[in-house]
Amino acid sequence: MRPFDYARAGNVAEAGQMAGRFIAGGTNLLDLMKLEVETPDKLVDITRLPLRGIEETDDGGLRIGALVSNADLAADPRIRRDYEVLSRALLAGASGQLRNKATTGGNLLQRTRCSYFYEPSQPCNKREPGSGCGAIGGFNRIHAVLGTSDKCIATHPSDMAVAMRALDAVVETQKVDGSTRAIALGEFYRLPGDTPEIENVLEQGELITAVRLPKPFAGQHRYRKVRDRASYAFALVSVAAVVRMDGGKIAEARLAFGGLAHMPWRDETVEKALIGQEPAMANFDKAADILLAEAKGQGENDFKIPLARRTLKAVLADATKGA
Amino acid sequence: MNKHVMNEAIGETRLDRGTQGVIGQGVDRYEGKLKVSGKAPYAYEHLIGEKVAYGFVVPGPIGRARVKSIDTAKARAMPGVLAVVTGDAIMHSSAQPMGPDVPAMKGEIFHYNQPVALVVAETFETARHASHLVEVDYEPLEGHYEMEGRRETGRASDGGPMAADTKRGDFEKAFAASEVQFDRTYTTPSYHAAAMEPHASVAKWDGDQLTVWSSCQLLDLNVKQIANGVGVDASKVRLLSPYIGGGFGSKLGIGPDAVLAALGAREVGRPVKLALTRQNVFQATSRRGETIQRVRIGATKDGRITCFAHETDTPNAEGEGFFEPSGISTVFLYPGDDRLVTHRVVTTDVLTTSAVRAPGEATGMLATESALDELAEQFGIDPIAFRKLNEPEKDPQEDVPFSSRRLLECIDEGARRFGWADRPSKPATRREGEWLVGYGMASASRANSLMASSAEIEMSADGRATVKTSMTDIGTGTYTILQQIAAEMLGLPLDRVDVLLGDTSLPASSGSGGSWGANSAGSSVFVAAEAIVEEFARRLDVDASTLTLKDGHAIAGNRQIPFSEILKRETLTVTGKIEPGDTSDNTNQASYGAHFAEVAVNVTTGETRVRRLLTVGTAGRILNMKTATSQCYGGQIWGIGYALEEELVVDPRSGLIVNHDLAEYHVPVHADVPKLDVVLLEDRDPYASPLAGKGIGELAIAGVGAAINNAVYNATGIRVYDYPITMDKLLPRLPEEVGAAA
Amino acid sequence: MKRNRRAKRSMKLKINGVEHELDIDMRTSLLDACRDHLGLTGSKKGCDHGQCGACTMLVNGRRINSCLTLAVMHEGDEITTIEGIGEPGNLHPMQEAFLHHDGFQCGYCTPGQIVSAVGMLGEVADGWPSHASADVKAGAALSGDEIRERMSGNLCRCSAYPNIVDAIETASAKMKENA
Repeated sequence: MRPFDYARAGNVAEAGQMAGRFIAGGTNLLDLMKLEVETPDKLVDITRLPLRGIEETDDGGLRIGALVSNADLAADPRIRRDYEVLSRALLAGASGQLRNKATTGGNLLQRTRCSYFYEPSQPCNKREPGSGCGAIGGFNRIHAVLGTSDKCIATHPSDMAVAMRALDAVVETQKVDGSTRAIALGEFYRLPGDTPEIENVLEQGELITAVRLPKPFAGQHRYRKVRDRASYAFALVSVAAVVRMDGGKIAEARLAFGGLAHMPWRDETVEKALIGQEPAMANFDKAADILLAEAKGQGENDFKIPLARRTLKAVLADATKGA
Repeated sequence: MNKHVMNEAIGETRLDRGTQGVIGQGVDRYEGKLKVSGKAPYAYEHLIGEKVAYGFVVPGPIGRARVKSIDTAKARAMPGVLAVVTGDAIMHSSAQPMGPDVPAMKGEIFHYNQPVALVVAETFETARHASHLVEVDYEPLEGHYEMEGRRETGRASDGGPMAADTKRGDFEKAFAASEVQFDRTYTTPSYHAAAMEPHASVAKWDGDQLTVWSSCQLLDLNVKQIANGVGVDASKVRLLSPYIGGGFGSKLGIGPDAVLAALGAREVGRPVKLALTRQNVFQATSRRGETIQRVRIGATKDGRITCFAHETDTPNAEGEGFFEPSGISTVFLYPGDDRLVTHRVVTTDVLTTSAVRAPGEATGMLATESALDELAEQFGIDPIAFRKLNEPEKDPQEDVPFSSRRLLECIDEGARRFGWADRPSKPATRREGEWLVGYGMASASRANSLMASSAEIEMSADGRATVKTSMTDIGTGTYTILQQIAAEMLGLPLDRVDVLLGDTSLPASSGSGGSWGANSAGSSVFVAAEAIVEEFARRLDVDASTLTLKDGHAIAGNRQIPFSEILKRETLTVTGKIEPGDTSDNTNQASYGAHFAEVAVNVTTGETRVRRLLTVGTAGRILNMKTATSQCYGGQIWGIGYALEEELVVDPRSGLIVNHDLAEYHVPVHADVPKLDVVLLEDRDPYASPLAGKGIGELAIAGVGAAINNAVYNATGIRVYDYPITMDKLLPRLPEEVGAAA
Repeated sequence: MKRNRRAKRSMKLKINGVEHELDIDMRTSLLDACRDHLGLTGSKKGCDHGQCGACTMLVNGRRINSCLTLAVMHEGDEITTIEGIGEPGNLHPMQEAFLHHDGFQCGYCTPGQIVSAVGMLGEVADGWPSHASADVKAGAALSGDEIRERMSGNLCRCSAYPNIVDAIETASAKMKENA
């Protein structure tokens, strides 16, 4: 870990002007700083900012402060009642200890778990642009099958963000100049392309202050995470689903996927294909065909393609049963 | 020195009489209060309050190379850096347990991220960062990072844990003539011991005397390794390991930390603390080698095995003699007049392979016990009936009797308790919602060994006893069982017996490894205690056999004399020693057991969960039912890991161990482990040791993963020959219909 | 040339009810502050990356991985380590239960398991659901499956898991009795 300057932000307005890397839970940043994968010159400790509340918004949704811990968010009665998919996703992630420390804003900004990104001696375009990709042709069991590039095949490791993507969450930020903006989560992340080191649309010094959820979506909420051990492991495939039935047919299906891409994956053509359909396996297969039409395995992770199909079908079957 | 050589079966002993009533009891651990309160000091936690310096290893991120030069100037220029240790003496990996040699780097990189230098600084934080500033210039050499394509180069090592080849009759001829021929190849991946305490050492020099606190299993060998590594005489080194945060074989030989800390401390003139990082542990200590195992079995049409071959290819680094002895149980567990067990070592430039918990059985029985299941099915015979049909009456290799072998009793008892009769008779026929359910079983065996070991018992004038030996407790319960043996033999309440372990200034011991610790060290305590009893009898002028000892009193006829009176205000010190003898040669000794598993395989995803696991075992006298049962839980859970999760991955392009941390090398977590059952049958093996006990620590891992694999087959109809059984291997053959609705 | 950053910083940490003044490297983790500078070695370092749970401490009553946080970020917090849970002669019911159920072997992960278990019971008492909960809307009740899921952030390579689960059940009952 390189030496760094350390300062505490006293209020939101000054935080961005302190010209440093924000640290809150620190569970991912310090992990990477110890390996010198991350080497910030300055840390701005934002843990004392008043961003720990969860408040109701005028349009019937919730505004979640950026510093709300994953544990507190998962346990919040409103989240459990109205946004069950989010509570489930949070509880499927990490461990009790990590959820107590990790924050809402920080979770969105987690870096990939790619082993080549984590090993400074290996090529990685994300860590060191232009150095190459160790995972392509290497051990890529956990890597992406959708939206990859020849520069990077990493996945985004968050469970929380997958559920938020299904829920049309909006990220609220404050820029260095004090102006604020709201970014739909669907526009927040970037695919790796030629610049995998740029993972989202945040500007230098722009601080996530909250995540806003629209008013609750009716329907069955599911979060299914598939992994190699029963707990405390990252997703190989995960599916967040909110499915509403009407008259025995699918009226609305909000579907987002983890473990498949550089960002929480959502494909509205998949959802449209399901609307008005009966909950039959053949229809679920058609949705999976659309989802996975462009999927490309890298060898070790080829199994993710059938796994995603099977998991999606099972989730849809479960969310539509008895309707 | 009072010595007992195990030349004949032991008769009735004070342990059988059980007058004090503590032997075998599941008493709480001797050192337990310290461990649950964080007060037991592990290696790194010594010299609190002393001015120490901190070390951090510089890794060499290249698979195979010669070091051309090392530039330490930038690191040394950093404020707080005290020294950068470089040189030929730096160990590139852990030492092997077979001898005092240590693997010095001598200017070369033998495997990816081996240690090349040590930064020593005022603080851990400074040392860690400065390690990134050491610049090493390499001349790359050709490296080989996988066995594939090079198996024909395998060598027969004569420096391994067993003979490379064990043969009887003419297997090839017998197999060719067999009515039924079974021929399968299995693979097991590389595994890592991954003890929770990373290898750590604290080294302190007083003049030319070196004291090292390190996390080690075999102190009397390890102290020689440290002396060799540092280049001093072993008489100048004292090694202490009072508490060890798990070893599982990975601390049988010293880690590179012990020598590095000593070299660093000598250079900076003050004690140095060095804990390997978890990444170092995965990349710079040792690992279990991956295996490719061919199992060939010839049988008659009615299911009698007539010949058996088990041939293993496994890697190790150049010049290393150790190999994963996958065929170790095959030699005596299965019948057949014509037999062939071989091991070939393929040289790779990857981290040294060495002993990990139950070397041989842990991997070999994943193959052979799966093979037996498949062969039984081919004959249409229940796997239990098949084993009964093929139970040898004597050691099929050496023709000597088994000292005791109650395998079939374990199987029957297990079948009854588990409800084996309810096993789905056809694979892939039981479904509960989204889960396919199956049962599987496997045998367990673990060869037993007794090692030379010595211990001192000091009886203080007030009648308290202190046991002293260099023996270690790596979590196995050594403190507790030595206390129990001494208390039972001497007739003392437990709270009047103390135990001192883990210090080379104490009488030399077997150390912990190979499941021999309890019987070897325990027998030395037995011998010492016998000598004390003899001395008591002499002083009381009675025959020792007529003397009863209980609660600190000697009872002879109608006399009851407190020990303090016999001791006459003087301390009595005796040393006892055990040595293996003829019974090791003229009997075949092993612990036996049977595993029963129920698994559920998710029909959608192929995720496999163990629902129930029962192990029934026999291992002679159980010294402490609680700690012995805990050992077996450990073996069962390792079996879950080996069958379903664990796999150390090497990138064949560079030699990098890719998943070198605990996030990506998956050991089982709480949620992977259901409620487990372990039953240890009442047993004595009078040929094994004066305690009539046998090794228990590694029994339960032997075969358990195969029981799980066999249950996966019963659940799904899919046989997996390449461990671990991950979902990608099941997915292509799972039913197309997913979800709960069948 | 790099700027010369201020390496050390004085800070106050309140651990087990005692205030400590420290002048240490800014980069020091909460775990290393305790182990290397305060003689509190009960909390263990198993991975230093939040992957094993051996370093678990309570901060303001909640369990965290002390290896993945900077000491300097915890000024003003109430920190509890294993030494603050109980000592030989005055063991906490959780420690007693681990002892009697043999909820450990080598003992290295044990302080983390115990502190984590104490923190976990607090979470259950507060009604937090878990991944194992059938209904996240309902309150939480302790069961074997709930304990196993909630304790999965604490690895034990000796694999004392079954005994740890038993110990937690026993301690939980005892703590309710005492409450």
